[in-house]
Amino acid sequence: MEITLADFLTIDLPAMLVGTLAGIPCALLGTFLVLRRQALIGDALSHVVLPGIVAGFMISGSIATLPMMAGALAASVIAVLLIEAIRRLGRLETGAAMGVVFTVMFAAGVVMLEQGVGTRVDLDAQHALYGAVELTYWRGPTDWASLLDPAIWAALPHSITVLAAVALLTVALVLLFYKELKITTFDPALATSLGIRASWVNAGLILMVAVAAFEAVGSILVIAMFICPAATARMLTDRLSRQLVLSVVFAILSGILGYVFAAFVPLWIGAANSLTAAGMIAAVGGVFQLLAMLFAPRYGVVARALSRRGEIPA
Amino acid sequence: MLAHFWSILSLQAGYNTSVVLIGVTLLGIGSAAIGTFVLLRRRALISDAVGHATLPGVGLGFLTAYALGLDGGRNLPILLIGAGATGALGILSVQWIRDHTRLPEDAAIGTVLSVYFGIGTVLLSYIQSLPGGARAGLNSFLMGQSAALSLAEVWIIGAGSVVVILLCLLFFKEFKVLCFDQDFATAQGWPVRKLDLLMLALLLLAVSIGLKTVGLVLIVALLVIPPVAARFWTDDLKGMTLIAGVFGGLSGYLGAAASALVPRLPAGGVIVLTAGALFAVSLIVAPKRGVIAGAIRQLRFRWGEAERRGLMAVADGRNPTPVQAGILRLKGFLDRAGQPTARGLEAARATARDQALWLRYLEDFPQEAMACEDWARVPIDRVLPGDLVAELERRLRLAGS
Repeated sequence: MEITLADFLTIDLPAMLVGTLAGIPCALLGTFLVLRRQALIGDALSHVVLPGIVAGFMISGSIATLPMMAGALAASVIAVLLIEAIRRLGRLETGAAMGVVFTVMFAAGVVMLEQGVGTRVDLDAQHALYGAVELTYWRGPTDWASLLDPAIWAALPHSITVLAAVALLTVALVLLFYKELKITTFDPALATSLGIRASWVNAGLILMVAVAAFEAVGSILVIAMFICPAATARMLTDRLSRQLVLSVVFAILSGILGYVFAAFVPLWIGAANSLTAAGMIAAVGGVFQLLAMLFAPRYGVVARALSRRGEIPA
Repeated sequence: MLAHFWSILSLQAGYNTSVVLIGVTLLGIGSAAIGTFVLLRRRALISDAVGHATLPGVGLGFLTAYALGLDGGRNLPILLIGAGATGALGILSVQWIRDHTRLPEDAAIGTVLSVYFGIGTVLLSYIQSLPGGARAGLNSFLMGQSAALSLAEVWIIGAGSVVVILLCLLFFKEFKVLCFDQDFATAQGWPVRKLDLLMLALLLLAVSIGLKTVGLVLIVALLVIPPVAARFWTDDLKGMTLIAGVFGGLSGYLGAAASALVPRLPAGGVIVLTAGALFAVSLIVAPKRGVIAGAIRQLRFRWGEAERRGLMAVADGRNPTPVQAGILRLKGFLDRAGQPTARGLEAARATARDQALWLRYLEDFPQEAMACEDWARVPIDRVLPGDLVAELERRLRLAGS
């Protein structure tokens, strides 16, 4: 099957943009989550935003971004407070408190969806899980030259604009608060003595994670992009700055390659339909991480096995 | 509506509904039992990774059964074997990442959870493109759908749950030692590794049979919430397992009944919300560890402290603060005019004596006094032996003269 340039620009390019733009903020924030051993906060929040999104939709009656994002943020704040309250009041470990809160809130979201809005609008639990990377269309560009026309850009799908804004905001905030994030991550005691409020930085980080987790691309893609690119980069370097850059690179590669494997490869090998892009992007992110865990030059399993053999002469 | 709900709960709404209800109740009990040990071994969130890691197995199981021409692919035993296989692979992956790379366990759990689930969704999207695949009903594995269970499927779920419950009972002592004192178990020469594997195998079994009912996204809740809720009620493992089993069973029972009553109500969501409600009740009202009990303890402590300080003020001839005076008046130590009564004066003298003795005790036996939980909070004669109190009184007199 031949893919025309117009089809590519209308269907595939916006989908790739969604896949990569969603991954960039997740990868940046995920780097800090992985280093702070808070990787599962991303997982928990991406489930927790569901009841908030549904409530935002039910109150405002529209699938506009703002009320739903407000709902998602409110739900995240409630969840973080609940986790902390349960942990303290019940004297429980964080993992258990988190397990209780995120499952109950997600369950509430699922029930609200199925009972409240599921019949009225195309917003269902599956959508929340898989997202709809491939359902973003850009009606306008027909060839490369037309991309130079500003009118075309006005027709850019709303979701891409939002994702781009979130990505830009995240990059800006990480650059702006780079020092604070770095010190609170590696040496909380030093941070305190320098007058940096570790708890404020932490709260800010978690709020940013919640915004990133809200993105309408499905929780599974978001969780994978929080962890896999950051973990891949962690295997390759000890420098924070390099790790941030590498994680963004791997997020972009996962987004593009994942979409290619989901949309084009099945058609090239003769299948009738393409596969889900969100799942494939997660899978490609996992493959990058597996390769890094095995073959990373210094910390990879293979390299370490070889160097160990070198240390102990037979 | 209410009458119908009652007929479902009392197992009078037909054979099928009743069997489903019993099966899901057993599932709740079994998951809570193994969940108790998993929680105490601090592996609560590994169950989440396992739950998500079963999805590719479900897909592969479907494709295998489809290729073999069995039930158009919807053969529950084969689906469950597939789920168990990739679930096990998921556990092994978490352990491998944790033990052989520099990545910590939470990153390992997150990786396995998202990547396996991603692969699973890719397989499902492939299955949906197969002829007849769109009706495969595999989506019920995501969110759970107890109303759609067939009788044969319920039998598998019930039997699996019974196996989990029985093995938890049979290996109760071994699991207990494993949870609380692994070194002791090793020293005793117990096969710790094998017991650990058995525990993980039971976890895997509970997750696999729970998939179709609760859904793989929420199955972790059925393993974690009942034991966490039970923890508020008791410090004893036997009691905790028992209460967790009751909570889990109740969640399954009520959730499945509600799902049978209301169309489009996802069973998994309702079961988890029921468990969450039981958790909230436990958090608030449980004696000793609950929030209300804690608040009452706090209040009683402050009350006693205010009374003591008020009496000290009376003994020293100072005026008690309004709050202290109020408490003293309630107890009949002060009259309406705020003047101490005869009983009040006596109580003030006793408190002053206690306070002086406690201070002497702290000065002469600092270590013992620091270790004494009730120091200066109750009459000294109630805590310390008589001869020690007499000795303290003698020293007090000596110091005073």
